Amino acid sequence: MYSFNYHRAASVADAAKLLESGDAKLLSGGMTLIPAMKTRLAAPSDLVDLSHIEELKGIEVAGSTITIRAATTHHDVASDEKLKKACPALAHMASRIGDPAVRYKGTIGGSIANNDPAADYPAALLALDATIVTNKREIAADAFFTGLFETALEDGEIVTAVTFTAPAKAAYEKFRNPASRYAIVGVFVANGADGVRVAVTGAGDSGVFRSKEIEAALATNFDAAALNGVKVPANDLMSDIHASADYRANLIVVMAKRAVAAANA
Amino acid sequence: MSEISLTVNGKRVSGTAEDRTLLVHFLRENLGLTGTHVGCDTSQCGACVIHVDGKAVKSCTMLAVQASGSSVVTIEGLADGADLHPMQAAFKEHHGLQCGFCTPGMIMTATDMVNRHPEGLDEATVRAELEGNICRCTGYHNIVKAILAASETMSSKGKARQAA
Repeated sequence: MYSFNYHRAASVADAAKLLESGDAKLLSGGMTLIPAMKTRLAAPSDLVDLSHIEELKGIEVAGSTITIRAATTHHDVASDEKLKKACPALAHMASRIGDPAVRYKGTIGGSIANNDPAADYPAALLALDATIVTNKREIAADAFFTGLFETALEDGEIVTAVTFTAPAKAAYEKFRNPASRYAIVGVFVANGADGVRVAVTGAGDSGVFRSKEIEAALATNFDAAALNGVKVPANDLMSDIHASADYRANLIVVMAKRAVAAANA
Repeated sequence: MSEISLTVNGKRVSGTAEDRTLLVHFLRENLGLTGTHVGCDTSQCGACVIHVDGKAVKSCTMLAVQASGSSVVTIEGLADGADLHPMQAAFKEHHGLQCGFCTPGMIMTATDMVNRHPEGLDEATVRAELEGNICRCTGYHNIVKAILAASETMSSKGKARQAA
């Protein structure tokens, strides 16, 4: 790891100011950034630690409106009793990220700001039609995730929370790489007031995306059987040593069926 | 460079380290606590698991300076003098180790696991919760047996304390 200067931010405003120094990066749980720095894939001049900012932690459930502050860990999302009642799909998804030690440190804000193409949260937020709140503005999930490790965030912008309306039904299913445990394909389905949204992670050439074929098939009949015979095009899907694009295309429909069955259970 | 001060196994300690110093290196090299191991150095194997403010984390993926002000427990802090912690005793009793390299991380993960499951543990849960700890000797069978046994001892002790 190259040398850098560490700063512990006391507030979001403080973090925004510290972020102006050199080639500074924000540090939340560090579960991706620290490994990236160890392998020298990332070499920031300064790190601004967000994990001691109280205003960035916590989950609020007000009726069907759910707000999760950015520095809330996967462990806290997975074990929050109010969230488990209001949106069990998201709590369950968080309980299957990484391993217990990673879930104690990794945060929802860090995950979505990094936008790893195989991360779980981007699929959840896209399917839940969430709004990402920053220190400067609010961004719809549809406009937030722009490509591989790319988001709509600008320099100096800090994710402070995500908010969404709990859907009537939702579930997430992923097919994990047996070694890394990252999703080869993960599908989040949500059936809410504004219809069915289906988001896919792990498979897209440009990161997380919505499957219009699956959404169309489920729009009138939210049942796993409605996906019989549905085909997802393999054109824009990833091919790597773990799975070909065609294999992933098939797996997307399989995972979507399982997710719909779980959401209806 | 930063001044780092924290509580380790109940004692206040402090030292100066580069900001890029990993917590595991600070424990091993600055404090001489070599019970915590560096296995993969890529946050996969869990040999470096310790407790920071009561939570089991991988100390190879945390900076020492991030932990400044925190309370840390390492494998060296589990036993009560000559009396082994129930988890250590169970690993000994059930032969939950072969070469022993992964053992400190396994035990720190296992004690956290028991704390998080006051309702008790079953084999499937233990195996799932060991996701982040790798035993290259593949001695999982006895590790799982030891954790299940310790979970019983720890919860019956807890109940005895409550009753008393």
